[in-house]
Amino acid sequence: MKLSFTSDQEAFRREVAQWLEDQLAGPFGDLRGVTSQTAMVEERRSWERALGEARWSAVGWPVEYGGRNAGLAEQVIFAEEYARARAPARLGHMGVELAGPTILYFGNDAQRARFLPAIAAGQEVWCQGYSEPGAGSDLANVRTRARLEDGPDGKRWIIEGQKIWTSLAQFADWCFLLCRSEEGSRGRDGLSYLLVPMDQPGVTVRPIVQMTGEADFNEVFFDGAVTAAENVVGQPGQGWQVAMGTLSFERGVSTLAQQMQFRNELRDIVAAARANGAARDPLIRQRLAKAWRGLHIMRASALRMLSGGSEGALSGPAYTYKIYWATWHRELGELAMDVLGQAGEVAENDRYEWNDLTRMFLFSRADTIYAGTNQIQRNLISERALGLPKEPRGQ
Amino acid sequence: MQFEFTEEQRLIEQMVGGFCAAHGTSDAVRRAMDRREGFLTETWQALAGELGLAGILVPVDHGGQGLGLVELAIVSEQMGRALLPSPFLQSAVLAATLIDRGGTEAQRAAWLPRVATGEVTCAVGVCSRGGAAGVAGVDARLLADGDRLLVEGEWDFVLGAHTADLLLLAARWPDTDGDEGVSVVLLEGDGAGGFPNIERTDHVMLDQTRPASRLAAAGLEVTAAVLGEPGSASGALQAAMDRACLTIAAEQTGAATAALERTVEYVQERKQFGRTVGSFQAVKHRLADMFVLVEAARSAVYYAACNAEDHPATASDMASLAKAQGTETLEFCAGNMIQMHGGIAVTWEHDAHLYFKRARASATLFGNLAAHQERLAVAMGLDSESGEVVF
Repeated sequence: MKLSFTSDQEAFRREVAQWLEDQLAGPFGDLRGVTSQTAMVEERRSWERALGEARWSAVGWPVEYGGRNAGLAEQVIFAEEYARARAPARLGHMGVELAGPTILYFGNDAQRARFLPAIAAGQEVWCQGYSEPGAGSDLANVRTRARLEDGPDGKRWIIEGQKIWTSLAQFADWCFLLCRSEEGSRGRDGLSYLLVPMDQPGVTVRPIVQMTGEADFNEVFFDGAVTAAENVVGQPGQGWQVAMGTLSFERGVSTLAQQMQFRNELRDIVAAARANGAARDPLIRQRLAKAWRGLHIMRASALRMLSGGSEGALSGPAYTYKIYWATWHRELGELAMDVLGQAGEVAENDRYEWNDLTRMFLFSRADTIYAGTNQIQRNLISERALGLPKEPRGQ
Repeated sequence: MQFEFTEEQRLIEQMVGGFCAAHGTSDAVRRAMDRREGFLTETWQALAGELGLAGILVPVDHGGQGLGLVELAIVSEQMGRALLPSPFLQSAVLAATLIDRGGTEAQRAAWLPRVATGEVTCAVGVCSRGGAAGVAGVDARLLADGDRLLVEGEWDFVLGAHTADLLLLAARWPDTDGDEGVSVVLLEGDGAGGFPNIERTDHVMLDQTRPASRLAAAGLEVTAAVLGEPGSASGALQAAMDRACLTIAAEQTGAATAALERTVEYVQERKQFGRTVGSFQAVKHRLADMFVLVEAARSAVYYAACNAEDHPATASDMASLAKAQGTETLEFCAGNMIQMHGGIAVTWEHDAHLYFKRARASATLFGNLAAHQERLAVAMGLDSESGEVVF
């Protein structure tokens, strides 16, 4: 057991840091510190392509698909340096972290060849079509339907239904979609995992304005949307297994980049606490120290989770990771507001627009809901990690 | 970077785990609690002799195992699981570190091999308020009287002093404070369990698996008994207490794991309203919260253990971090162990109170949650002028 890196790995770290610095002090200077997923979208598309050209977009992927075949340590280093350099939020993250690994693992050769290089090159942006108005925590209840029909160029899927909470849908070229492909099927059976182009008449994207006043999520309506018959990952009707596979990739190296974002937020809270004297308040000191402790523990847990990936069954930190960071981050939002005081409740100009910390306070309420609520996480932990009886299902 | 156990570390975990399961049964722990020693001599002899754990931190050339802090944490986690009573913390961790870091070559050669075999057990006294006050709390005085050195003062909550063969007591030069002027004196017993001129009061402790005493000395001559150079022991004392905190945090993690496992087992047997108690979501979710905290503690402990070897400068802060998390975790888990067992768990007969009392005692030992968190507040740079947060 060791946490230190080899000298080769440290050299890799310097190479990454230097490249990022060259870009962010140079042509992409405007993008440093851009954490919003909806800001400066065209510049961030260029950034994705620059990352792809330099083979930094998906360092862990095989070389033939545009990656570097990098090991865990190098992936960790890249994620940490990316966040340390305050490089912008990745427009390509759904493709690089979710769609790509799913296609790599569950897809066929033709799908890998068609989709992976375009993701790694930063040419195609992806979004995730899972949740529906009636299928949130109970994801297996999806109602969006797909049926195979003859078309002018052969068989194709026709899709009808609605997805919700779809981040990046307004910018995405492709969507990976969980839908019901067998008429009359229920629950986890009869679902398919389709890859659907977004730029077509049958797809409508409508932003959802959330409590921050911004729109990070969307509703996506599929009204006779079309995708080619071969764009199904895995067997038709077996989409649930593929969709669950995608979720397991969410516990990837990118969690470390997220932590560096958290670190930046904590640093800003500390700066505010020093400036207004809150840092001398014993209760605030305890809470800041507790947040700092949690940040270290998250890093340690992520490294344990990533190091222990070889054994098949999920490790303890893999079960606890989501609920831990989400709860930590929500508490950080509350701490930020207690540190800022009333000043944190006043907009900086005459519009309803918020400084990063106040926005984080509001947005972090979603953290304990999306990607499995805290309550769902506790069910998963108690049933799968501890072996307690499953919750009964309603009729 | 590989943050999981090596094959050798797994073997240590299995071996010590098996030993603790066999020697740390409820019956054995209760027999130990009833003994004056507070531990079973045969268990300690086996722990020291067969497993060599009394010398886990003692360098190989002084007869020890020379193992690292990850191995220390592995072993401590297993001992904590069983609440195995023994002089391990005070002798193999505190005293071995103090002598190794603070002793002269002659002192190390004289004592480390005997500590490593377990033939000699030790007790360490920090100050009149116990170890919680840290190095800055050292308040006994080392006085120069011509060529003689005398020590006077009190040391409270000294673990295992009633059975120790060797006492290590911290004292400071008059008119010094902080980590200046701190010495440790090394006193040998008379072989019959006594220390002439040391007044000892054995406490009845809340946690009976970890006996402690108050010691006092008035004008005791220690001219030839100072560890290393007089006035230079603060570094060694801090290192010893950091390792003690890491050890306790690992024990807390192990104890919390046992509390969780025992509770999970119980709620799957116990039925009410025609179903197992463990099928109620209110119970399942509480157990899930325990699991989250147990994993957090385990991450903190091994992070601190690895970090201490890679970055000695922050070893002390990371030990505080682990101790803070271990404390929060075990207090939550031991309390919930009682709640979810229901009435049976408030009886003497049930083991839940042993975990609950260990939770409380280890929370205060060498500094409570708030004290360690205040150390973290300083470490992260809340008071620094530069405005940067240290990560």
